Amino acid sequence: MIRMIAYNLLQMLVVLGFSPLVAGILNRLKEMVQSRRGPSIFQPYRDLRKLFHKDQVFSEQSSWIFRFTPYIVFTAPLFVTLLIPVLTSYPLFFAFMGDMLGGGFVLALGGFFAALAAVDAANPYGAMGASRTRMVGFLAEPVFMIVFFTVSFVAGSTIPYIVQQAWVHPLANFFEPSHILLLLAFLMLILAEGGRIPVDNPAGHFELAMIDESKGLEYSGRGAALMKWGGYMKFFVLLCIFLNVLLAPWGLAAGTAPAPVLLAIPLILLKIFIFLLVLVVIESSLAKLRLFRITEFLGAAFIISVAAMIMRVFTF
Amino acid sequence: MESLPIKLLENLNALAGGLFLLCAFGMVATRQVRGCLHFFIAQALFLAMSAFILGALLHSWDVLAVGVINVITKPFLIPWVLQRNVRGEMYSRREIDQLLNIPTSLLIALALAIAACFLALPLLRAAGGGGFAAVNLPIGLAGLLLGAYTACVRRQAVPLLLGLLAMENSAFFAGIAIAPALPFLAEVAVTFDVLMLSFIVGLLTRTIHEHIGTTEVGALTTLQEQPQP
Repeated sequence: MIRMIAYNLLQMLVVLGFSPLVAGILNRLKEMVQSRRGPSIFQPYRDLRKLFHKDQVFSEQSSWIFRFTPYIVFTAPLFVTLLIPVLTSYPLFFAFMGDMLGGGFVLALGGFFAALAAVDAANPYGAMGASRTRMVGFLAEPVFMIVFFTVSFVAGSTIPYIVQQAWVHPLANFFEPSHILLLLAFLMLILAEGGRIPVDNPAGHFELAMIDESKGLEYSGRGAALMKWGGYMKFFVLLCIFLNVLLAPWGLAAGTAPAPVLLAIPLILLKIFIFLLVLVVIESSLAKLRLFRITEFLGAAFIISVAAMIMRVFTF
Repeated sequence: MESLPIKLLENLNALAGGLFLLCAFGMVATRQVRGCLHFFIAQALFLAMSAFILGALLHSWDVLAVGVINVITKPFLIPWVLQRNVRGEMYSRREIDQLLNIPTSLLIALALAIAACFLALPLLRAAGGGGFAAVNLPIGLAGLLLGAYTACVRRQAVPLLLGLLAMENSAFFAGIAIAPALPFLAEVAVTFDVLMLSFIVGLLTRTIHEHIGTTEVGALTTLQEQPQP
């Protein structure tokens, strides 16, 4: 029992510690593809340290929501980490506290408060960004629902630990059409939710075109650091769900001894690195969509997820 | 020992079906003529994949032949014929006119696909087929309706033609599962039909294009007296 709780905490530490590294590697890879050198992969850590040492400035007009939000944005992904398999293939202490849908809602809570805070500070760009994020959010929501709906059809459950076993036992299940279509739909969701390129440009500094970034514009010092770190962790958690639960449930620790669990840390990082390579190809070969084309992008994701459900419900 | 590969092949066939359906949706959603053509080619290749799997499992040479013919005709011959006849149309990067906007169109297409699956249920019961027919028949029917829908909603000649050809793809996708012993002659005949169709539509399009300067069907509803250029 104590060991399970310890592993759960270890998972949180892994997410906490390595999520800035993933962001740094992704930035570096993107710069390299564009034949530039780019910042060191440890740059996000340095940014965070710098921000934590700075003073915070709050607008006089803002309310408690503005002060409170960074903590929610920071802790929401950590809560989700308790529910999903990051290192082990067997359920840990808190695994049955909530399913994938619950995890999605916890993540959405962070997004909700970030949007409120953006409006709260009365910066015009903040409100614009918040409304745009909500637009992307409400278009992504039905896709999330149907993806998890189909997952529960296939695996008989939405607890991620049970789902990940269903794809590979037997291996033929991996090639089930609903599984492949789900992967495609979920990948598009990650791009939309993570503010990645066909939907949003994470490297953009132009406020009028921002979707995700503009919510954090008003923050400074510790608040900005927490918002940033929360964003890194949210991306890391989404990648963990995609890779460990849906795409490649291999390389997770099966035993309860400490050695395999520790060995699982480099393996998950390796998986994420391979995925980042794919992501860099996607990001470098596509252009950012116009705002009103985002509807079509997420509409396509919706169609794919519904096609997955059709394949599951009607053809077997 | 024997069961795992068979289960795997069944799943791969279903996967080909899923991607086949996705290509049909893609043809409804894409904005450019070339995108439409690429989706059509991909769809034909998934049809061929399904045909190879079914042919191998049912030991049916006819179905294998369907696959081979598809691999030869659709990715090579039809684009070639179209390219020769309607070069400007094909390679214009201009966006295609749609009667409805794309999200609406996609939702209607989705409703059509679900309706097709319901339609296939009594047919499946009548055919008494389990196994492959359970995958290929609903998907084929859905593809048929989506192809018809593409042909209805597109307003230019080439995407319209591609919609018709997608219907042919889908008919075969359903056909190879419920009638694996289809005479080889029928498939060859259909192949030539399809080629002739694209040839004739291509010629027609070119003639219309030369006379009027557009092949937008919507713009052709009124007669015009126009001097020959």
